[in-house]
Amino acid sequence: MFAYLVRRALYAIPILIGVNLLTFVLFFVVNSPDDMARMQVGVKRATPEAIERWKVERGYDKPMFYNPTASGSARVTDTIFFSKSLRMFAFDFGSADDGRDIAREIRERMGPSLAIALPTFLLGLYAAISMALLLVFFRATYLDFWGVVGCVAMMSISSLFYIIGGQWLVSKLWSLVPISGYASGLDATRFLVLPVAISVLAGVGSSVRWYRTIFLEEISKDYVRTARAKGLSELRVLFRHVLKNAMIPILTGVVVVIPLLFMGSLLVESFFAIPGLGSYTIDAINAQDFAVVRAMVFIGSLLYIVGLILTDISYVLVDPRVRLE
Amino acid sequence: MGMSFQPVILWTDALLFLLLLACGLAALHVRSTEPLRDAWRKVGRRPTGMAAATVLGAFVLVGLLDSLHYRPRLPELPAAADASISAAAARKGEAVYSSEVLSALDVLLAPLRLQTEKTYSAPFAFTLYQRETVQAPGGGQQRIYPRLVHGAAHLGDPEAARGGDVALRTLSALGMAAAAWAVAFLIAVWRVVRSERLAWGVAVPALLRGRTVLAWRAVLATLAVLLVIGSAWATLAPHYHVFGTDKVGQDVLYLALKSVRTALVIGTITTLVMMPFAVALGIAAGYLGGWVDDAVQYVYTVLNAIPGVLLIAAAVLMMQVVIDTHPQWFDTAAQRSDARLLALCFILGITSWTGLARLLRGEALKLRELEYVQAARAFGASTAAILRRHILPNVMHIVLIALVMDFSGLVLAEAVLSYVGIGVDPTTISFGTMINMARAELAREPMVWWSLAAAFVFMFALVLAANLFADVVRDAFDPRRS
Repeated sequence: MFAYLVRRALYAIPILIGVNLLTFVLFFVVNSPDDMARMQVGVKRATPEAIERWKVERGYDKPMFYNPTASGSARVTDTIFFSKSLRMFAFDFGSADDGRDIAREIRERMGPSLAIALPTFLLGLYAAISMALLLVFFRATYLDFWGVVGCVAMMSISSLFYIIGGQWLVSKLWSLVPISGYASGLDATRFLVLPVAISVLAGVGSSVRWYRTIFLEEISKDYVRTARAKGLSELRVLFRHVLKNAMIPILTGVVVVIPLLFMGSLLVESFFAIPGLGSYTIDAINAQDFAVVRAMVFIGSLLYIVGLILTDISYVLVDPRVRLE
Repeated sequence: MGMSFQPVILWTDALLFLLLLACGLAALHVRSTEPLRDAWRKVGRRPTGMAAATVLGAFVLVGLLDSLHYRPRLPELPAAADASISAAAARKGEAVYSSEVLSALDVLLAPLRLQTEKTYSAPFAFTLYQRETVQAPGGGQQRIYPRLVHGAAHLGDPEAARGGDVALRTLSALGMAAAAWAVAFLIAVWRVVRSERLAWGVAVPALLRGRTVLAWRAVLATLAVLLVIGSAWATLAPHYHVFGTDKVGQDVLYLALKSVRTALVIGTITTLVMMPFAVALGIAAGYLGGWVDDAVQYVYTVLNAIPGVLLIAAAVLMMQVVIDTHPQWFDTAAQRSDARLLALCFILGITSWTGLARLLRGEALKLRELEYVQAARAFGASTAAILRRHILPNVMHIVLIALVMDFSGLVLAEAVLSYVGIGVDPTTISFGTMINMARAELAREPMVWWSLAAAFVFMFALVLAANLFADVVRDAFDPRRS
């Protein structure tokens, strides 16, 4: 298994290089740094001097791939490709447009992002699986039918409405919790309750339906009939047999997102003014801070690959038939 | 002398009508292919599916009307104003067209489009929502709620007369709706009589009890609701702002109806542009295997590895730079915002084809081992012929299911992306831009809730109908769900 994991980790390298090249093409080849400078400075004020100053400030004044004016290895390292793209592999993201170090900013903002995302993930998973099991237990009854209708209705509502509606109802009308903001330590709880509750609610419709389909597929298999035939109660069948055997499809969808929890939720963090990575990303997009967006793309894809490897490991843990070789 | 208008075909218009044409051709193909006809009949038998299809049909009608674009001709200017370019052109006898691009829907909704107020007003209001200082008739100043220019302007004493007026108009709308519904009912009965070979006296009760082969009762019930709403709007909207007005005084109902096209474009064109890639690469990877499979898998793992929003953000930011630095490409503002809409469809397509490609690859992998494909290979059929004749038709149900399943997700994504600032052009009317603008209004006292309510109602109806329809289509076409 160790050899397998090493191989998988090595396989991640070409993918990361691909991501890196793709972002490089998107950010530097589709538009030259001159184009970006002209837009950032403002088309009206875009004098050649202003553009040049913008480029020098951000280090975009270098050649793309090869610097003939430099000497030695600096011919390759003193280029846009090396300084802006390749340096990311060493987690050196440079600084944002406001001059702050991106890597440090990311480290500081991971905490608040996780404080929202982790409870949301766990509560959402728990709520969705238990409700799906409930619907499967009452399958082909009115409860099941209306449960599914409710799920479809809930997933037809944009998450924006959940957030806006929740903020209005709970914070404004009932004044139960502050409308937005963040504090450190235990004090954060009162800021976190509402965003977590809203995120769970917004996601529960589609996930209940998804788990219900998985369980229903599992419940029509022969071993379930055998389990019932030997006299097990329906509850025992559901929890001991169906839930256990449905773990593989559940893990396939779930484990891959665990590392991405660090990235935070764009919408929730931005609406509730939580200083996490999600709001950092949104601010960067709105301010067109390309360096931050590039850094987040790199980290996101790295975490995705970690998620894929974790998924493989989790298969081994829940299913003795799976061996990684 | 030119025409009184100049037709404008935006890129998304062309693609929408191309899609309509493709649907027409597909329908002809379905009619002549027994298994496909059976599967669609299964869809037709489900009341939820037919009700959802009726609602979707209404949205599509609005969207298509809004896709017939033109530029109205400007009135000829007097020769004295020869300093302007348009006057110079007019002297040469050439027609001059407005730079504003309108659509057939704009013509139908002319009263809603043109009757703008000064600023916010509540649904059915006769005054603005804010007090304003005006000169009192006897001198001095007064703080009053000024009357609206158009909303309830026909009433002398709106306070007293409004209730009765609205009721009366609604009543006449009900009459209109009933008449239109009766026609639809007769057409439905006639269809049942013809297709099921029943006598008229038998067909009517069968239809009313929901015992027809196709779920006509669900269609007629949905149609009744739609007709009542539609005719109520048609009679009330010229005299009242049914959903109020927004910050610059535009009718919110008009904005909501205009948003429908944007949602439909995002929901359908995206899948349309990504489908050829997904189908070609997915099938090739699954059937050919080897290095092709490796290459395709590599590409989609790389694309999947980048979080969707970030990839979209990066691409949209870059595309906006291209659009901003090349203003000479676009004649009108409408063409520029259309370019951004189309580009957004492409970007969403590029980020979302991987899911479909993976499904198709898996299916092609299974199909290549089946006997009939092996037999075709043994007979010496070329790879291209096998892919076209044997593999492609047998994966089309997956493509169809993906097309309908993706629609609702894309409509919802548009709203979120527009909120993040990487959606449609801010001048394009869409649910996302509506919600985005309404967000700031919630903080006002008293609250401006109507734009948000209108966006919610329209989006919920559209997405719910799309979700229900997608479920029914999947049940009918997925062989694993029988």
